[in-house]
Amino acid sequence: MSNSISPLMLKRNIITILRTNKWLLLRRFSQFSILGLYLLGSSLGGFWIIKGNLSSSLLLETIPLTEPLLLLQMFAAGITSPLSTTLIGAAIVGGFYLLVGGRVFCSWVCPVNVVTDVANWLRNRLRIKPNSQINRNTRYWLLAMTLVISFSTGLLAYEFINPVSIIHRSLIFGVGFASLMILSIFLFDLLIATRGWCSHLCPMGAFYGLLGKFSPLRVRAEQREQCQKGCNDCFQVCPEPQVITPALRGADKGNNPTILSGNCTNCGRCIDVCPENVFQFGLRSSTKTPIIPIEIRRKNS
Amino acid sequence: MKLSRRAFIKSQAVVAAAATAGVTLPLTQLVSAKEEDDDEEIRWDKIPCRFCGTGCSVLAGTRKGRIVATQGDPDAPVNKGLNCIKGYFLSKIMYGEDRVQQPLLRMKDGEYDKKGEFTPVSWDKAFDVMADKWKTALKTKGPTAVGIFGSGQWTIWEGYAASKFIKAGMRSNNLDPNARHCMASAVGGFMRAFGIDEPMGCYDDFELGEVFVLWGSNMAEMHPILWSRLADTRLTKKGSEVHVLSTYKHRSFELADNGIIFEPQTDLIIANYIANYIVQNGAYNKDFIKNHTNFKRTPVDIGYGLRPEHPLEKKKKGKGGKLSPMTFEEYAKEISKYTLEYAAEKTKVPAAQLVRLAKVFADPNKKVMSLWTMGVNQHTRGVWMNGLIYNIHLLMGKISEPGNSPFSLTGQPSACGTAREVGTFSHRLPADMMVKNPKHRKLAEKIWKLPEGTINPKPGFHAVLMQRMMKDRVMNCYWQQCNNNMQAGPNINDEMLPAWRDPANFITVSDPYPTVSAVEADLILPTAMWAEKEGGFGNAERRTQFWRQQVDAPGMSKSDLWQVMEFSKRFTVEEAWGKEHAAKMPEYAGKTLYEVLFENGAVNQFDYKAGDIQDSDDNTYKNQESEEAGFYVQKGLFEEYRRFQQEGHKGHEQAPFDEYHKVRGMRWPVVDGKETLWRFREGYDPHVKYYKPDAKKGEVYFYGQKDGRANIIFAPYEAPPEIPSKEYPMWLCTGRVLEHWHSGTMTQRVPELHRAVPEALVYMNPNDAREQGLQNGSKVKVVSPRGEIITRINLRGRNKTPRGLIFIPWFDASRLVNKLMLDTTDPLSKETDYKKCPVKIIKI
Amino acid sequence: MSSLSNRKRRAFLLGLAKTACGVSLTALGISLYTRQAKSMPALAIRPPGALPEDEFLSRCVRCGLCVQDCPYDILSLAELGTDVPVGTPYYTARTGPCEMCDDIPCVPACPTGALDHSLTKINQARMGLAVLVDQEECIAFQGLRCEVCFNVCPVQEKAITLEYRHNERSGKHALLIPIVHSEHCTGCGLCEEACVMEEATIKVLPMHLAKGELGKHYRLGWDQKEKAGKSLVKPDGKRAFNLPEGVSYDYENSELTTPASSAPPVNKALETLKRGIKEAK
Repeated sequence: MSNSISPLMLKRNIITILRTNKWLLLRRFSQFSILGLYLLGSSLGGFWIIKGNLSSSLLLETIPLTEPLLLLQMFAAGITSPLSTTLIGAAIVGGFYLLVGGRVFCSWVCPVNVVTDVANWLRNRLRIKPNSQINRNTRYWLLAMTLVISFSTGLLAYEFINPVSIIHRSLIFGVGFASLMILSIFLFDLLIATRGWCSHLCPMGAFYGLLGKFSPLRVRAEQREQCQKGCNDCFQVCPEPQVITPALRGADKGNNPTILSGNCTNCGRCIDVCPENVFQFGLRSSTKTPIIPIEIRRKNS
Repeated sequence: MKLSRRAFIKSQAVVAAAATAGVTLPLTQLVSAKEEDDDEEIRWDKIPCRFCGTGCSVLAGTRKGRIVATQGDPDAPVNKGLNCIKGYFLSKIMYGEDRVQQPLLRMKDGEYDKKGEFTPVSWDKAFDVMADKWKTALKTKGPTAVGIFGSGQWTIWEGYAASKFIKAGMRSNNLDPNARHCMASAVGGFMRAFGIDEPMGCYDDFELGEVFVLWGSNMAEMHPILWSRLADTRLTKKGSEVHVLSTYKHRSFELADNGIIFEPQTDLIIANYIANYIVQNGAYNKDFIKNHTNFKRTPVDIGYGLRPEHPLEKKKKGKGGKLSPMTFEEYAKEISKYTLEYAAEKTKVPAAQLVRLAKVFADPNKKVMSLWTMGVNQHTRGVWMNGLIYNIHLLMGKISEPGNSPFSLTGQPSACGTAREVGTFSHRLPADMMVKNPKHRKLAEKIWKLPEGTINPKPGFHAVLMQRMMKDRVMNCYWQQCNNNMQAGPNINDEMLPAWRDPANFITVSDPYPTVSAVEADLILPTAMWAEKEGGFGNAERRTQFWRQQVDAPGMSKSDLWQVMEFSKRFTVEEAWGKEHAAKMPEYAGKTLYEVLFENGAVNQFDYKAGDIQDSDDNTYKNQESEEAGFYVQKGLFEEYRRFQQEGHKGHEQAPFDEYHKVRGMRWPVVDGKETLWRFREGYDPHVKYYKPDAKKGEVYFYGQKDGRANIIFAPYEAPPEIPSKEYPMWLCTGRVLEHWHSGTMTQRVPELHRAVPEALVYMNPNDAREQGLQNGSKVKVVSPRGEIITRINLRGRNKTPRGLIFIPWFDASRLVNKLMLDTTDPLSKETDYKKCPVKIIKI
Repeated sequence: MSSLSNRKRRAFLLGLAKTACGVSLTALGISLYTRQAKSMPALAIRPPGALPEDEFLSRCVRCGLCVQDCPYDILSLAELGTDVPVGTPYYTARTGPCEMCDDIPCVPACPTGALDHSLTKINQARMGLAVLVDQEECIAFQGLRCEVCFNVCPVQEKAITLEYRHNERSGKHALLIPIVHSEHCTGCGLCEEACVMEEATIKVLPMHLAKGELGKHYRLGWDQKEKAGKSLVKPDGKRAFNLPEGVSYDYENSELTTPASSAPPVNKALETLKRGIKEAK
């Protein structure tokens, strides 16, 4: 076999693919390795790196982690004196997302994101057109609802149906009927509404969106002047495309190039796909310092 | 790091499974009959339970060749339709999925190889290889090189046939039953005191007695139905009380009015203290002592039945059990040392409790039934201890009358009927006869139609000695039937295991299941059990009970009886006896042992053809052995065996064979169709008049002894061979649980019983546990100088131990606790002491 | 223009109304569903220290930390489609009872206190109550010697005791009847697991199903007397009776003693018991 050339080409191709999918791959790596750590259990000589599930966990057998929305629901349900572990756990998790962007949870941690991303990708591939228009604000209504029903029932009522926690739990403790739940979210996003669950309905996403409103870590349209209008690649891939416009197209209005909406999930997909390298991660306040120096990016390409 | 306790349990289960899975077993799936509710098709027939010595009768329900149900027999006098939880599951014990159904021989390249894999072979091949080994051993080392280790769970004729095969066929006396681990001390006690074996009383004493003293028996668990009888009397009878003596608190303490926890081995002191109390208070029955007893002393400092080179054996000064006479005054002086103060101090029992116990014996108006089993028998001074209990009863004359009854309970279903009555011990012949006694040998040779001098006058190797002799390559061929000695026996790491795995030795194990013993054998023979053969058992109250073969055994399985008879066909008399001895009986020239032993005109005197065996409802039953032999094997053997009772020392008579199939047992001696409830008392026992024609009504005559007098034998307290030390600070006591029978071979295969008690736990005192940082469920290693087992701590269970003592049951095949035990025996009975051995506990 | 903005406004309001309706309906649906779904099936048992069910469901975040810390792996998180509220921890006594660890590792593992951290002694746990649900089938009541439930009970001789009763049928074999005492039973379920019957005759039930309650208007006199340590109303003094000479009358035990009788002291309790049973026949 004469394979003196093709390996080289293959290598090049791989490098290209890696470069143009860098953040996507990192994200998937993050999502799967987090799940993997949960699944690892105590197989490391009896030591648990992390146990529990996304609702509440124990990290390194010492650090409590609790989902802050659950704490809010608990308050709504009438628990006036939660345990300190619950409070500390919620504070740690809340504080983390406050810093890195609330919806980092959605794009870097949540396993449902993988499902809905695949659904969306397939939807585009198969050119499935019908799309029921759901108001993106519905999620805030649903978020409010989770608290209201907690209040009215006195239970963590939303947890009876919360697909996100059910799916994550089932992946760790046994799938069973939860696979149907995965399937229905997948089909919902594939056939009924584009990015229907994560970007329109999920109250957890809504909560994290609000939480991340003021986080310093942001995607910035640093090089927005380079943007070839009409390319629209970033809008195509963005799960929350409405968040891009003010930053990318707002130079005229004197807008900051930082994407300020809490609904940006910091997924970095726009950075991957933009042929002009318009986007990069950066800090909210800065106008100049990208987190990853652009020179290095160039060198790599 | 945290240990998953459940994972630990699981892993242990895997270990256990792997232990048995070492054998590649041809598992023909047993037909799992669909349980239909149609009781119409079920045929019911009576059969005794095959577990403990109580002898409950059940009705076995057979449909389409399978026992599908059982019920307690409501017409049975012992149990009136009741069962314990083991008896409740009798119908399931034969149907474990891993029944051995084919002979399995260790083979490599088509030939027997000690290191080979178990391979299914035909019966012919199995017996060819085995006979070859036995013949070589006979030729090179003589008859003592072969032996059979049998059981009190054998049917009467199985024991009898094995005894005949070994003693007459092999001219060896290397035959011992597992009753050696169980009842040998009781036998010793009986023979020394009364000259005749087995209790004088019967179960009716439970209703007729008033005070019950448990000397070392957890009847509540080990004789469940008898316990409920005792309990009923305690509930309903005025003045009834229960005294329980033990080294730890067990379930029988539930009913104890006086629950006594004593230091291990100090029961010797308690018994002597009571005798002393009786004498000091002048409460003894002077007439009875004068007319019916002799006072004797027994040699002291007699060692511990270890190997002769053991330092403890070298230290001993006395030897054996030869009795010498003494006077009452001398006896009184000897026991005077056992004062209340001394006893309370040594036994650590509060004085008031000792006094209360002594008083019930000393009160002439109280009817006392003493009961004991392994606590007294598995004792380095077990024979002594048995005797000390009789001493008390004899001093008061509380014996041989309704309600006054020293009653030695047996462990196994036929420890009495088979092991003891048939005489399957290495020193015995049927009907309490001894191989040492020339007259007894002569009678046996006459009944068995043997040339004079066939029976070896020297007692054979007992259970523990067999292992030592095999390890020393004195004995090379060993056939274990109907028990699981590798799990039951003591100190297997030093003795039994190396002996069995020595290439010089050939080990055969007959068993329905792949037991711990089977796994270590060279040849496994698939064996018919319980209802798969016609059988007879004798329970603790001398009740002989028969049953018919209800179903066929699975696969190629055959009964122990068939196996012995079949094996005997492999030997000509010349091969077995040597040419010289065989020549004494020229008519036997060239004949096989089968012909000489079983086609001898007696055993084969009853013709048999299929359909002969019927019950009163004209149901017919099969009989595998007879069908093959062409004569009614069981009947022939039993009738020949009965000649020993008739022609030997009178007092053992059983009824003709056919009678037993008609009734739910009869208590021997059966004379003129009448059973005997209380022995040695004129009116109740026909033999009193026979031996003492002028006996008055109600007069006692202990006709087992030449002068009709029972022996009161003084025996002192002597320390146990090992006591807890710094290194091994805890006493270990082993025993049973209600739910499992012995080594669990059958009961562990009943899913419900397994679930009820899946594993052997260490019962420990909570304070001892706390000191070692242990909590309930902690995993520990229990270590003695002879080995270790891993198990978990139980601080909440049914057994509550005092500080410094732990209890572990031995049913669990994955925790062979008896291997921790020193192979020390009572030098008189050769019975191992499983009740006290120093160990340490290590947290893991 | 205004018509456009009106239309927009109308569309907006309509959308709003639609969303509000949808969300309200969803809320209603979930609330109704939780009412139904929160009821536990009788055979599912919460881990030790679980708060009363409503409170438990307001705290349990269904993280499974208790499940992962159970050394015997008996706990499960309810899967979707089972009768137990989804994701909440429970065990089933018949297949895997609580082994009652001394250190109760599942309780401190709970991050929210749905399992009450003040439970530190396992014997104080009340996961449910064992009830001998079928005395007709239980073979102990027939006189068979089973007692498996008693034998496995980890609060032995307290949570389950054996009552010895005379067996009228056989006449000579006592019945050993297991009796559960709610005062000590933790509801661990070891008895239910071990019960050898085809269908367990002893079962752990939730407290509210297992326990009855005495009317608030009544007190048990002897109970009150024992608690108070004395009679609530001063007892009578010594009584005198008209009796023939030499005869004494024991008022407490209703016993007449004539001088001739030299019967040994009698165990009165047993007599009473015997008499009581005969009357009941």
